[in-house]
Amino acid sequence: MRKLSYAEALNEALHQIMETRREVVLIGQGVKSPWYVGTTTVGLIQAFGERRVVDTPVSENAVTGIAVGAALKGLRPILEHPRMDFMYLALDQIANHAANWHFMFGGHLSVPLTIWGIVNRGGEQAAQHSQALHALFAHIPGLKVVAPSTPYDVKGLLLSSVEDDNPVLFVDDRWLYPQEGEVPEELYRVPLGRGEVRRAGSDVTVIASSFLVHAALDAADTASPDADVEVLDLRSLKPLDRDLILASVKKTGRAVVVDGGWKTCGMSAEIAALLAESGFSSLQAPVMRVALPDTPAPASAVLEKAYYPGMDEIVSAVREVIS
Amino acid sequence: MIVEQNCGPIGRESIEGISPDLLKTMYRDMVRIRLFEEVVAGLVEERKVQTPCHLYIGQEAVAVGVCARLNRDDFVYSTHRSHGHYLAKGGDLNALMAEIFCRSNGCSFGYGGSMHICDPGRGLPGSSAIVGGTIPAAVGTAFAFDYEKNGGVAVAFFGDGAATEGVLYESLNFAMLKKLPAVFICENNFYSTHMHITKIQSNTGIAKRAESFGIPASTIDGNNIVEVYRAAGEAVERARGGGGPSFIECLTYRWRGHVGPNWDIEKGIREKKEVDWWIGNCAIERLRDLLDREGILKSGEKEKIRLVIEKEIDEALVFAQEGPFPDPAGMNGRVFR
Repeated sequence: MRKLSYAEALNEALHQIMETRREVVLIGQGVKSPWYVGTTTVGLIQAFGERRVVDTPVSENAVTGIAVGAALKGLRPILEHPRMDFMYLALDQIANHAANWHFMFGGHLSVPLTIWGIVNRGGEQAAQHSQALHALFAHIPGLKVVAPSTPYDVKGLLLSSVEDDNPVLFVDDRWLYPQEGEVPEELYRVPLGRGEVRRAGSDVTVIASSFLVHAALDAADTASPDADVEVLDLRSLKPLDRDLILASVKKTGRAVVVDGGWKTCGMSAEIAALLAESGFSSLQAPVMRVALPDTPAPASAVLEKAYYPGMDEIVSAVREVIS
Repeated sequence: MIVEQNCGPIGRESIEGISPDLLKTMYRDMVRIRLFEEVVAGLVEERKVQTPCHLYIGQEAVAVGVCARLNRDDFVYSTHRSHGHYLAKGGDLNALMAEIFCRSNGCSFGYGGSMHICDPGRGLPGSSAIVGGTIPAAVGTAFAFDYEKNGGVAVAFFGDGAATEGVLYESLNFAMLKKLPAVFICENNFYSTHMHITKIQSNTGIAKRAESFGIPASTIDGNNIVEVYRAAGEAVERARGGGGPSFIECLTYRWRGHVGPNWDIEKGIREKKEVDWWIGNCAIERLRDLLDREGILKSGEKEKIRLVIEKEIDEALVFAQEGPFPDPAGMNGRVFR
């Protein structure tokens, strides 16, 4: 099968989804700017015009509400936020409105909205251009959250997100954009709520998502042969593939949870709690977590290196749980 | 403080071209909202209803005058003070009453309460309790109408309180930038909960701010239904014809307090003479006066209208109170579609 980069797969998905579904519009700040979205939107304006590819004013909250109102009248917008940091300005429309609408009105209407939130960390961008806020949104009832890690998944999960009748937060990380992998030419779906075993193993389960899946795979290679590591890619953070996690830990008896967000009340805490509640009898060692410290992102590259966990931290955690 | 404005009788020349039947219908629709809200006020006082009810009494001409210009498929977005918009746009009265009782036969099946009511089949997608929260949604629906080129119009009703929210100005900018078929109706009732407009707005000319975006904007007497009807007509026509958004600031007054049946006089929020002045400027009485003068409302007709509505509301009370409560067992399964 042919190979595409993650960015190319996302671009192809956007093209094909917009070709096949007239009700899909792409709207957001910088949708035509490589500065904001890399190469992921190349050719979309030329193919679909400015009525369907709408580069917006810097008005995060209203633009999000506009996408909600468009979704309530039959469109299926893909709303792009070029940095998740900026989504704080749109919390009212995301949490109070998009997420609540279906429930609050008894199910009469729903908001079929894909919110494409981009994480763009590193590069000395500091505390307001680097944040990964997936856990914050996963906390809110009424939102689904996905974070694809491979070119195959980014294409398949985008279609599933767009086709879902509910608001879905689609998180990508620009650190993933150069990743290469096999991608079918036609459109296909990766179901929401289903994780994937990326590497089978018998000693310890490393549970990861987004770009840290790749760090986890490298860590598994490094830790071998001392430890036979199984690597899970969550793909969906909400709904969470509980069965996959519990089945894997039942087999290995040990778990390291890896997350690109902060540690306190983050995804790693949620998964550790799941294991404590529903997988306790499987555990032969305490659950270890590798996540960001409860610290804002720094600027200096020297500080960034210390701030972002990667392969080394995962290897250390694996060694600790099998010791 | 009494607002200086022309609140005299509605002039006979102003109704030229408006059919007597329509005037009568608008009168009936205003009375229907008034009587409905008076009953709700009583229910809250008797503690039969718990959900926070923000009553529309006094502002009826705005909802009725605007909605008289709309088609069934046009969308109206509303606020915490939404009963009047809902009824004026054709929402089902029984289902509204049942929602106020939070029963499963309510328009939101008991999940929304007084502040979150909808009737999508009649162009009522919902109302939000976040001030200014539905303004961008109306712009988004206008975007969808424009995208489909189907001539639809989206209306955002909001109060003067929303004029201190940034999202209003973000929305106005976008609507004008894209020339969307949106109509912004600001119901300036002079109070943002307990705060008088002069205490919280450095410059109270709300329409002027909309105008600064290039949007045709006007400030009108919101207690004169004919003026509301005419201004809304212009705005809706402009939107339907591809001429972009309009902004209408309707000066009006809510008789009761921010929430519930009280008058907010006893709390020292406003003076009785101010409330009395506005009661003397009642939009319904002003239209009735015109209809009397013009011989449009025949003798006995006013009473007949009232009786028919009272019967409808009585039936709604039965419908609502006989409605089953929502089943908690199903609650957590209703988050997602």
